Amino acid sequence: MNRNDKLRIIFGRLMQAIPSIIGIIIVTFILTRALPGDPAVYFAGPAATEKSIQEVRVSLGLDKGWLEQFWIYATSLATGDLGVSVSTGLSVKEELIRRLPASLELTFLALIFSVGVALPLGIAAATRPNSWVDQLCRLVVTAGVSLPVFFTGLFMVYLFYYILGIAPAPLGRLDIIYLSPPTVTGFYTIDALLDGDFETFGAAFRQLILPAITLGIFTLAPLARMTRGAMLQVLSSDFIRTARASGLKRSTVLYSYAFRNALLPILTTLGMVFSFMLGSNVLVEKVFAWPGIGSFAIEALIVSDYAAVQGFVLAMAILYVLLNLTIDIVYTLVDPRVGLES
Amino acid sequence: MSEFFKHLRYVLTENPVTLIAGTMFVLLVIAAFIGPSIVPYDPMASSASQSLKPPSWEHWFGTDQLGRDVFSRIVVATRLDLAIAVSAVAISFIFGSVLGSLAGFFGGWADRIVGRITDTIMAFPLFVLAMGIVAALGNSVENIVYATAIINLPFYARMSRTEVNIRRSADFVLAARLAGNSSLRLLATQIYPNTLPPLMVQVSLNMGWAILNAAGLSFIGLGVRPPTAEWGIMVAEGAGYIVSGEWWLAIFPGLALMLAVFTFNLLGDGLRDLIDPRRRT
Repeated sequence: MNRNDKLRIIFGRLMQAIPSIIGIIIVTFILTRALPGDPAVYFAGPAATEKSIQEVRVSLGLDKGWLEQFWIYATSLATGDLGVSVSTGLSVKEELIRRLPASLELTFLALIFSVGVALPLGIAAATRPNSWVDQLCRLVVTAGVSLPVFFTGLFMVYLFYYILGIAPAPLGRLDIIYLSPPTVTGFYTIDALLDGDFETFGAAFRQLILPAITLGIFTLAPLARMTRGAMLQVLSSDFIRTARASGLKRSTVLYSYAFRNALLPILTTLGMVFSFMLGSNVLVEKVFAWPGIGSFAIEALIVSDYAAVQGFVLAMAILYVLLNLTIDIVYTLVDPRVGLES
Repeated sequence: MSEFFKHLRYVLTENPVTLIAGTMFVLLVIAAFIGPSIVPYDPMASSASQSLKPPSWEHWFGTDQLGRDVFSRIVVATRLDLAIAVSAVAISFIFGSVLGSLAGFFGGWADRIVGRITDTIMAFPLFVLAMGIVAALGNSVENIVYATAIINLPFYARMSRTEVNIRRSADFVLAARLAGNSSLRLLATQIYPNTLPPLMVQVSLNMGWAILNAAGLSFIGLGVRPPTAEWGIMVAEGAGYIVSGEWWLAIFPGLALMLAVFTFNLLGDGLRDLIDPRRRT
């Protein structure tokens, strides 16, 4: 297999993302035009005058035909224009970019947590079927999908903040006594480390733990279930039996032979996990007063700030497509088998 | 039919978890139907002197900030929560299975169009899409139902597409075709009924998810409005009291929500055992 084959596969995968993105743009376009009554009135906000409504109507192209409206919408998206948030007066794009690092920091830590717990748990459950680990795995999997994420969050706040007093108050990214670190990446923990300020790092990290675990628990279930299932299947295959019969070390059989082959279904599940994660992120941010894009969307929803809400939906959908794309590309690059069949 | 009941009894007695889930399901249905007439207190009656009382013999789950009985509100809320989930799942089941069947049976353009629609819905993080739909259609309970139905549609469409597709040229279908039945008639009378059992399992598993989604939407302030009793909004209202130690306001409705979701998930697993013993895990 040569390098060109892989490049071709990656290019093909990139092309596949295009219909998704077109679909997303069409749906968000319909959503912005589906508002009951006159969309221009909604987008101009409650304090709008007759003149500003007219301005919004012209800028959104609402006085023109559908196709032309769509063209205006798509071209303004291409330049990154998501409209103006009437509640903050800033452009939606700026607002989202400013708040995105907070959400990403939370999501990444949650992902690390859930992968870090789910994979070992799933592997342990698959290697010892019907043992206590397997039962624990089953319990976690069933409980994980049944627990409302906002309930888990509140319960943890009650337990760790109110009763045990070991967690900080669930009020955002950093206690008010600390100054936020100089912005480099926008991730408070990383910025604090870059600044050499370990005290701020600790404070930021403590704020992160509870929301990240809350988010992680919810996404743990599908990952653990998939890991267990995929491992069970691989472990019962002939080549594993041969490897065992040849006297290979248990860890070699388990990790280099079985786990690497079980990775494909696990990675495919990650796509679904991201869907869960980006959605429940909104709920977790509300519980912990986390100043990310989810809280921004909730605040916007409450005051009927339509441009902001639809900008958020669009941004999340694009982010989701890109995450899935990244997984596929990484997989193509890493897996030596990809490209062999063709 | 007696064969079916024998199998049902076997599944229920063989796996105690399914029996528990079945019992909880019956309790939930009872609460949904006659809940409002059996609760000890009026779920809307506030009383300033009784506000924020911890759980006691008089108020099993305590009282909220307005002195309303939390237990009564949780029981009464069952009807609304289940109604939202049942109607959402019913809508997505009907539309999803019909669209999926058409796609699976006719293939070609029908398949491509339905495939595009489901792919586009799945391209969104689903909860976020539901937020966007409710924001666009307007903030009401009805629209929560529609939003939840839309985000569940792809699961039914994909599933019935596959189920129809594998039966499309089965012998019994070919025989029925030879007997002179039209395509649509074949689909409706021969194939579609056969796809229902696996879809029913999906319905049960999906119910839990629909309840979670609807409660999540009302938790962030969409759809149901106070003072209506609904689990998601009760958790949201109680959230502010957690940090000052009044845990019963948010924890009990949260537990009710969890139990309901748990019930449907376990029931779905049990139903799968009943319908398709081979797929047991």
